[in-house]
Amino acid sequence: MSIRIQTADFDLGTEYQLLRDKAYQIGAIVTFCGLVRDFDEGDGQFLELEYYPGMTEQSLKQIIDQAKERWQIINAHIIHRVGKLTLGEQIVFVGVNSPHRDAAFLASQFIMDHLKTQAPFWKRAISKNQTYWVEAKAKDQEAKKLWE
Amino acid sequence: MIEVKFFASLREQLQSEGEQLTWHSHFATVNDLIQHLCQCHEKWHMALNNPTILVAVNQQLSSSDSSLKDGDEVAFFPPVTGG
Repeated sequence: MSIRIQTADFDLGTEYQLLRDKAYQIGAIVTFCGLVRDFDEGDGQFLELEYYPGMTEQSLKQIIDQAKERWQIINAHIIHRVGKLTLGEQIVFVGVNSPHRDAAFLASQFIMDHLKTQAPFWKRAISKNQTYWVEAKAKDQEAKKLWE
Repeated sequence: MIEVKFFASLREQLQSEGEQLTWHSHFATVNDLIQHLCQCHEKWHMALNNPTILVAVNQQLSSSDSSLKDGDEVAFFPPVTGG
């Protein structure tokens, strides 16, 4: 298990290799990458990400532990960036390896659906026109409930 | 001692990152703590009693009826928006 909360960007190729290494029982790797997308018209848009040091890491660990209880996955890695992020930047990475693809697909989606609703991160959207705290979406809660 | 923390929009609304309170036996639950904070800061009443606000005790999501003990860290924050 690897959980990293960082301001720096990450390289998908490097992360993929980390999930490939040293485990010949791996038959599937699923990786997900979330990007900062357009939220307002015009230039100068960016996000500021805040988190709760300590709790955020624990929360992500618990989510991976739950995924490991449900599916036969070997390892799961999460990277979440914080601080200032501009449009198009990578914001979150989830990678799961497993003997079989179904477990890897399901576990990675489970991890993202729970990260979106459980892990203490908050986004503030800033553009030339406005600054506001992004509100939680009901559809994210609904996606999480489907796993119950 | 109870360490109280506020995050994100709630921190800005309350204009406070949190505070340290001397432990008192009447802080039996999170709700007792909320009522105490509202008594000390009248303007906090609406924000802290907002039903969407989440609470974590010792960095675990909890609820307003969760019990408290001396030394606990209690954080209040809005629904999360990571990912």
